[in-house]
Amino acid sequence: MTNSEPLLDVRDLSVTFTRKGGPTVRAVDGVSFTVRPGETVGLVGESGSGKSVTSLAVMGLLPRRGVQVGGQVLFDGDDLLTLPRDRMRDIRGRDIAMVFQDPMSSLNPVVPIGVQVTEVLERHQELKGEAARSAAAELLSRVGIPDPNRRLKEYPHQLSGGMRQRALIAMALACRPRLLIADEPTTALDVTIQAQIIELLKELVQDTGASLVMITHDLGIVAGLCDNVHVMYSGRVVESAGRRELFAQPRHPYTGGLLGSVPRLDAPRGAPLHPIPGSPTDVLRWDHGCAFAPRCQNRVDACLDGPPPLEAYAGRSLRCLNPLTESEEVSV
Amino acid sequence: MSDQTAAPAAEERAPAEGLLSVRGLEVHFPIRSGILVERQVGSVKAVDGVDLDIPRGATVGLVGESGCGKSTLGRAILRLVEPTAGTVTFDGTDLRALGGEELRRMRRQLQMVFQDPMASLDPRQNVQSVLSEPLRAHGIGGDHRARVRELLDVVGLPASAANRYPHEFSGGQRQRIGIARAIALEPQLIVADEPVSALDVSIQAQVVNLLEELQDRLGLTYLVIAHDLAVVRHIADVVAVMYLGGLVEQAPSDDLYATPLHPYTKALMSAVPIPDPEVEDTRQRILLQGDLPSPADPPAGCRFHTRCPFRQQTRCADERPVLRTVAGHPDAHRVACHWVEDIEAGRIRPAAGAVVEPDPDPEPDAEHAPNPAA
Ligand SMILES: Nc1ncnc2c1ncn2[C@@H]1O[C@H](COP(=O)(O)OP(=O)(O)OP(=O)(O)O)[C@@H](O)[C@H]1O
Ligand SMILES: Nc1ncnc2c1ncn2[C@@H]1O[C@H](COP(=O)(O)OP(=O)(O)OP(=O)(O)O)[C@@H](O)[C@H]1O
Ligand code: SF4
Ligand code: SF4
Ligand SMILES: [Mg+2]
Ligand SMILES: [Mg+2]
Repeated sequence: MTNSEPLLDVRDLSVTFTRKGGPTVRAVDGVSFTVRPGETVGLVGESGSGKSVTSLAVMGLLPRRGVQVGGQVLFDGDDLLTLPRDRMRDIRGRDIAMVFQDPMSSLNPVVPIGVQVTEVLERHQELKGEAARSAAAELLSRVGIPDPNRRLKEYPHQLSGGMRQRALIAMALACRPRLLIADEPTTALDVTIQAQIIELLKELVQDTGASLVMITHDLGIVAGLCDNVHVMYSGRVVESAGRRELFAQPRHPYTGGLLGSVPRLDAPRGAPLHPIPGSPTDVLRWDHGCAFAPRCQNRVDACLDGPPPLEAYAGRSLRCLNPLTESEEVSV
Repeated sequence: MSDQTAAPAAEERAPAEGLLSVRGLEVHFPIRSGILVERQVGSVKAVDGVDLDIPRGATVGLVGESGCGKSTLGRAILRLVEPTAGTVTFDGTDLRALGGEELRRMRRQLQMVFQDPMASLDPRQNVQSVLSEPLRAHGIGGDHRARVRELLDVVGLPASAANRYPHEFSGGQRQRIGIARAIALEPQLIVADEPVSALDVSIQAQVVNLLEELQDRLGLTYLVIAHDLAVVRHIADVVAVMYLGGLVEQAPSDDLYATPLHPYTKALMSAVPIPDPEVEDTRQRILLQGDLPSPADPPAGCRFHTRCPFRQQTRCADERPVLRTVAGHPDAHRVACHWVEDIEAGRIRPAAGAVVEPDPDPEPDAEHAPNPAA
């Protein structure tokens, strides 16, 4: 997998929402990252940082009205942003699949699971009738749904949340995608079910060689799953690193702040938490300076002069004028 | 002896210096059906035989999966929902025996903080009015404006917040208002139901720290309900693990982490992601099969037996285990599993498929740095 050409190459992606009478919202502001074949990439950040909008832009699923998308999304060399709609529809489903946080929103409530899975198989694998049906049952059992033949006849509401998410993953896999984008696929699930799903995703990536983009706010999931991690804040990537480098020594004050504020199950009890002051709504607009400046303990005057650039630093990419040094390593 | 309820009777136990003591608590919600004549056709056993002691000044944490009955237990303690059986003793008084005015007076001592601060705040009331309402309701005189300013100060909000409305605040600030309201009457016990789970990661720690600070300052006793084991372990002195209406393990926080004894706790603990690749790469995981069974039709015997990787041919399916002490562990560490000694000694091993060993040879990842600034 080393040095292979990226499968997905997102370049300077920006997404702006304009609402009549309302202010324009730049939800994604010059985001770049790559995903190589077989690689698992994490996008992390708090609510509103632009993770979902980034993935929707990649999938071509943003509403067309009131949205401006800039930059490039190269998939296998083609720019998905300029592709005709029908070609995009082909790629979506066949080459790129997506799993959302709320499986109910992507399942049709009045159609049995089996019909929904076989439909995908018929469309993308050109399987028919009995062959499609037995392939569907096999897929369900592959993702760990017991008694798949019975489940195929059931409707989405008859399945538990965890099972629905599995069914959705089964559908996403039905077309053997080369890239799977999972947007908080386990956030609504219990931690024991989450562990099942993450294990499943890991296996699938290993077995099929697909690439995975994992969107989450949970640094723990990223630590166990992703090869490379991009931390987003207010629509921009502020730190990108291999997971070992990132967790061993976060350099961006926001990354460090996140790590310092989550209680760790294995930390000695009584270890203090170090919250980030303020809230994610206390942002500065990037063109006025670093968006994190209002909450940053490392702020220097220059941070308010304009947007800090994303630069190579200490084996990673970093958007910060006064990075954390080793002595400031977050205490856990 | 099959499917008996809960632990030994209250008299058999040393009277804990408890502020709150719960014995044999049950909350069964009726399931009704029928179009013309409604009949009860069954019941949801949301809480089904719980014993719990909360020492004065302590924090007890309650964890468990969605639907296991945590909120119902918390609400039943405050009698926001009527228990169908059992006792709740608060500061020596049997709460279930209280009615009307007496109960209302007692409620001053017991307050609740909710998960969604917005849902529990009236959007049309400004903060001054939200915070002085409990004072009015309990006929407390004095200068309410001054008291509200004081409350705001205690929870870290500026005095100017009094004239603003809930929607003008961020999630974390709203939770501060929710906490200020809960402490307005100087209660002894606060039941906090998922107080941080709706908040952004960076804000959670602020609220956790605030709760801890207030405890020191005001001598509060907490029952903190959360599904996040890491948060609970951080904040609680004692952790109770709940599964399908009953407690399966209860222990001082450090003991529970160092030596989880119940198979469910082991699985739960191994499932919690830890933000550290070194740890994640070397952990063993115990994966559970399937989902939480329905509390309307809980499995007989040990409620966990349908998912337990350590399940045995005998006892598990027909005899409900009670919380008990285990030789070699402190008395405060109690477990409801028939086979805990054998499991601990390694005489009973988990089913093969349930254990995911760490990758013996994790790929030395990130041979290539992610693309630097394009
Ligand atoms: N359809 C839309 N119209 C206007 N603004 C939008 C729209 N969709 C998203 N936004 C805004 O874009 C920003 C980024 O949203 P996004 O959903 O990508 O965040 P996120 O990182 O996925 O957060 P979360 O963790 O809450 O899912 C937010 O400020 C959001 O309010
Ligand atoms: N008023 C009610 N009537 C009928 N059933 C109820 C009622 N309240 C709760 N239940 C049921 O009781 C069980 C326990 O619910 P409860 O809300 O206590 O769980 P919980 O552990 O707090 O879950 P969560 O983590 O999702 O908040 C669930 O099966 C729930 O559907
Ligand atoms: S650029 Fe300045 S304000 Fe922004 S994170 Fe770095 S030090 Fe803090
Ligand atoms: S009693 Fe049996 S089923 Fe229950 S936890 Fe113990 S071993 Fe598992
Ligand atoms: Mg999102
Ligand atoms: Mg609840």
